[in-house]
Amino acid sequence: MGKVGIIGVGQSNFVRQYPGSIRELAFEGFKDAMNDADISTSDIDASVICSAPEYDKQRSPAGIFAEYLGLNPQPTFYVESLCSSSSMGLRLAYSLVKSGLHDVVAIIGFQKMSEISSSESQERMGRGADIQWESPFGTMMPAYYAMYARAHMDAYGTTLEDLAQVRVKAATYGQMNEKAVYRKPVTAEMFSDPENRMSGPVASPLRVGDCCANADGSSCIIVANEEKARTFCNKPVWILGLGAATASVNLAGRDLFTGLTVGKQAADQAYQMAGVSPKNIDVAEVHDCFTIAELMAYENLGFAKPGEGKELIRGKETYKEGTIPINVDGGLLSKGHPIGATGGSQIRTIVLQLRDEAGEIQVRRPEIGLVHNIGGVGLYGSVTILGR
Amino acid sequence: MKKEMDDRFKKFGTVSFTAITKTNDFIGHLENGRVMGTRCKDCGLEFFPPRADCYHCFSSHMEWFEVSGTGKLITYSQLQFGPVGFEDDLPYAIAILDYGNFKVFGRIAGDIPEDEITLGMEMETKVTRLPNNQLSYVFQKT
Repeated sequence: MGKVGIIGVGQSNFVRQYPGSIRELAFEGFKDAMNDADISTSDIDASVICSAPEYDKQRSPAGIFAEYLGLNPQPTFYVESLCSSSSMGLRLAYSLVKSGLHDVVAIIGFQKMSEISSSESQERMGRGADIQWESPFGTMMPAYYAMYARAHMDAYGTTLEDLAQVRVKAATYGQMNEKAVYRKPVTAEMFSDPENRMSGPVASPLRVGDCCANADGSSCIIVANEEKARTFCNKPVWILGLGAATASVNLAGRDLFTGLTVGKQAADQAYQMAGVSPKNIDVAEVHDCFTIAELMAYENLGFAKPGEGKELIRGKETYKEGTIPINVDGGLLSKGHPIGATGGSQIRTIVLQLRDEAGEIQVRRPEIGLVHNIGGVGLYGSVTILGR
Repeated sequence: MKKEMDDRFKKFGTVSFTAITKTNDFIGHLENGRVMGTRCKDCGLEFFPPRADCYHCFSSHMEWFEVSGTGKLITYSQLQFGPVGFEDDLPYAIAILDYGNFKVFGRIAGDIPEDEITLGMEMETKVTRLPNNQLSYVFQKT
């Protein structure tokens, strides 16, 4: 059985308010990936559409996208796992290709979050938790991650300054990413200035600057079996390892509050499948929906021991020149987080790195890259390992 | 005659997103001042939040037990912004108590200032009636 390769990657600009409909938004990411792959729609024999529900009114978006993108009459599939939807879409596409059922599959992730207000959006996201037993208390994503931040700080001495430094790093690279929604510099001083918006309290201990922004955006990844990948593409990037896990939605059903078990379990599976260990990873994208999420990811992925994630950011080891460059495209904190498009955007960044086409943020000759994508408050976890 | 549906669960919390569940008696117990979980009669596993079905032995024979004594505060967060429908409650703190066999997700009582909350403190889970006449429970100091 041959390998599965990525032959095209693309994404739209991530923006606060996209001036078009969801099908037009999806077209932007798809077109970018099709130009990258330099193939025609008839070469694609199935599509996988990924998003979280209830941000727009379209039921069954897969059908409308297949029509609008010129992918009729090929079959299409809809995948939903909140913020990890398009990574799970890649997992489905991998199995479709690996099984021999399809040869070339396009994974299109999208989200148009601006159709509803920010507080409505928080309500939707709060309902990505347990609606029967948690949501009636008025839950929302920043507060859930804030509970993890509080536990991590209490157990390991992680500080608010450490969290601020994660955002400072994100902004360093966000300024270089023309597709990012937030492109201004951020300094640690902004977090200690009560007049600055970054320091504003959201859900203790997290502040405005600790949280990524909602955005509208789309992404597209095109995968192919080994034979077609070699035919269509002179620099295919191979899928070496995949891992995925779930955990109790209700936090009352969990035992760990200083890390995400799904991140660790997915990573362990992906490392085993790829036959590599954390020290073999040359560049990584991790799910930094909140600053604390990035520090926990360092630990859950084995780049640092539990509690020692803060040492990596203090030593600038996750900057481009460091021992393990992480989120050097600005991460979710700078790019913005259009839920269903995020995983595809992370995969795109690593593919460009492995093709030596990442421009200003290019890491020196990476051989193996990793993508860590989390859905909800660590209820879905996906880790993908890619190699040239 | 049209059969009346038991939709008591719509009374749970500031805004309930569920009206009908097999664990509706949870609301009846709140009305009587008790926070209750369920225990599987066949294998003895205890559940909070309450469940109608046991995933361990697939039994649906459940009995109620009271969440009594104290639990240890594992973590919390105080919200300055809330979702649609919760604006009038702000600020409020969501938290988790560890009772050993199970954990309870809920809110810390609104009259406890944030600087008096420390992780590891022992707290009790008590029934509360909200200003909009809904029923809920809160964590109180012992």
